[in-house]
Amino acid sequence: MCNNPLKPEPYKITNIIRDTEFEWTFAIDFSGEIKAGQFFQVSLPRVGEMPISVSNMRGGLEMTIRKTGKVSGYVFDLEAGDNIFLRGPYGTSFPIDDYKGKHLVIMAGGSGSAPVRPIIEHFYYNSDEITSMDIILGFRIPDLILFKDDIKKWSKKFNTVLTVDNPDDSWTGKVGLGTKYVGDIDFSDAENMAVVIVGPPVMIGFCVREFTSRNVKNEQITVSMERRMACGIGKCGRCKINDKYICQDGPIFRYDEAVNLID
Amino acid sequence: MHGKLTNVAFSKILAELQQKYLLYAPKRFNDQGRFSDTDLIRYGEISSVEEIVWQEKSAFSPKEIVFPITQTLFHFTCDEFRESKLKEKKKVLVFLRPCDINGLKRLDTIYLENGVEPDLYYKRLRERVKFVMIECSESFDNCFCVSMGANTTDNYSLAVRFASDNVLLEVKDKELENFFSAKLVNAEFKPEFVTENRQQVRVPDVDEMPAEMYDHEMWDEYSSRCIACGRCNTTCVTCSCFDTYDLFSDDNTNIGERRRVWSCCHVDGFTDIAGGHSFRHSNGARMRFKTFHKVYDFKRRFGKEQMCVGCGRCDDNCPEYISFANCINKVTDNLQNLIGSHPKADTASNSATTLLRKRSKEQNILSENGKN
Repeated sequence: MCNNPLKPEPYKITNIIRDTEFEWTFAIDFSGEIKAGQFFQVSLPRVGEMPISVSNMRGGLEMTIRKTGKVSGYVFDLEAGDNIFLRGPYGTSFPIDDYKGKHLVIMAGGSGSAPVRPIIEHFYYNSDEITSMDIILGFRIPDLILFKDDIKKWSKKFNTVLTVDNPDDSWTGKVGLGTKYVGDIDFSDAENMAVVIVGPPVMIGFCVREFTSRNVKNEQITVSMERRMACGIGKCGRCKINDKYICQDGPIFRYDEAVNLID
Repeated sequence: MHGKLTNVAFSKILAELQQKYLLYAPKRFNDQGRFSDTDLIRYGEISSVEEIVWQEKSAFSPKEIVFPITQTLFHFTCDEFRESKLKEKKKVLVFLRPCDINGLKRLDTIYLENGVEPDLYYKRLRERVKFVMIECSESFDNCFCVSMGANTTDNYSLAVRFASDNVLLEVKDKELENFFSAKLVNAEFKPEFVTENRQQVRVPDVDEMPAEMYDHEMWDEYSSRCIACGRCNTTCVTCSCFDTYDLFSDDNTNIGERRRVWSCCHVDGFTDIAGGHSFRHSNGARMRFKTFHKVYDFKRRFGKEQMCVGCGRCDDNCPEYISFANCINKVTDNLQNLIGSHPKADTASNSATTLLRKRSKEQNILSENGKN
């Protein structure tokens, strides 16, 4: 069989960054073209496959993986120098060009901060392409905060809100859900805003309301959706919602489209 | 080419065909039916006319021939991926009815057209298959192929009208003509199609399914009746979903396989994602998902026919006697009531927003209750 789209290829893990106890970022020696928001089918022979979104593209591919299931459990046994198997990248990407000239707001919860990281990084190094950027990142507890060094770096250039739902005694930063801090953003030019929201399904609904109640329209909002996938190439049917397949038509959707996708 | 053969003569030709082809047809498996002392009719390999059960409807579809229940994708030796090979080199002749021919066309759409590339594992099986159409002399219980427009087809290599001791044949395939030309007795035959079913279905005709239909109270009935066994999915000729899983040998963990296995939208675990989220918890929501896929989403995506072909096997096999045909009619009735009562009052997008708000409020209440 030639060009079997289901056959993964081996790539070398060049570095593993232990962001939290259960979320590690794997740097992988992959040289193909990738767009922000796309995902790979990460594969280990004799274990299985899982869809993982790209968490960085500058200076090589990075994927941030949470140890939460069978495949990710085995991935955490790998070390730098080992091979990891990939198919992809798959799916639609964040419309970076549409954000240019806009006031961009990035809102992410938990591991949702992984797929938005390439957008933030892009505009960090090309900040003249946008008028301004607000970043709101929410995590459950301080120990689960991802990309701490990046957040420090981003906060020097952009209004960056880092908040935790449940602080511990040592936490001196902001507390509460990210939605609490949306009101602090300047909405005077709501028409020229572009909003990116990535997180658990319930979070997306609540966040969208914070923006639409302040005159931001559904079509100004981009979301990333997450579903079970067994193939990534539009056959297995697991990620289907209505007439859309998340692996083909998503995972990135404009919210005016996503709002019509009803599970 | 058309003509007549005695069953004895046809069986002789089938024996000759077996040199080049595997022959699949609905056949009888004694005492394996749903109830005690009943037989099961399902697909299997045959070598004579007598084995073909043409008088009854098969409980299972022929889809296993192109979409096996389990299929090895890769063999692993340590970290090496080796594609599975097809052991069988022979082509396949499958005896099937017009609804199933149309049903396999729907599988072609998913496996060969959806997404950027065709699925090579499906393609390599599908390419070997030629259709022998069994003419339906009458409609069976629960059939509603006419309502779905799947009662007719010209997509066959051979068409057969069975009778007790002879067959009438139409041969369209050049390669097959060689087997038949010397033996066919002159007789007129043009296959006919069922034009009326006892069960009729009114398919919803709407450009945009209103969001209200997704949470309609009609689905509650199925939450209480459906037991999420997935029989409707496994017996459906058009159900094409699968999962993949890897396994390794106990004796030598370096050796293993990646397999594809049927998966059903009615069964628990279909939507589970890492971290504990899942979607469509109630069996009613799963019924709605399947129904809309079969009579709305598929047509909307591919712009062709509806996915459901009206073979009625879901209704034949449901242990709770749920009628999918009735369900489709209920959707159409409720849709008409809805559109009748609010003519274009709410755009689909607005009503979807309202629905999502309602749902996220409920989820919030649920999660807060969970915390307490």
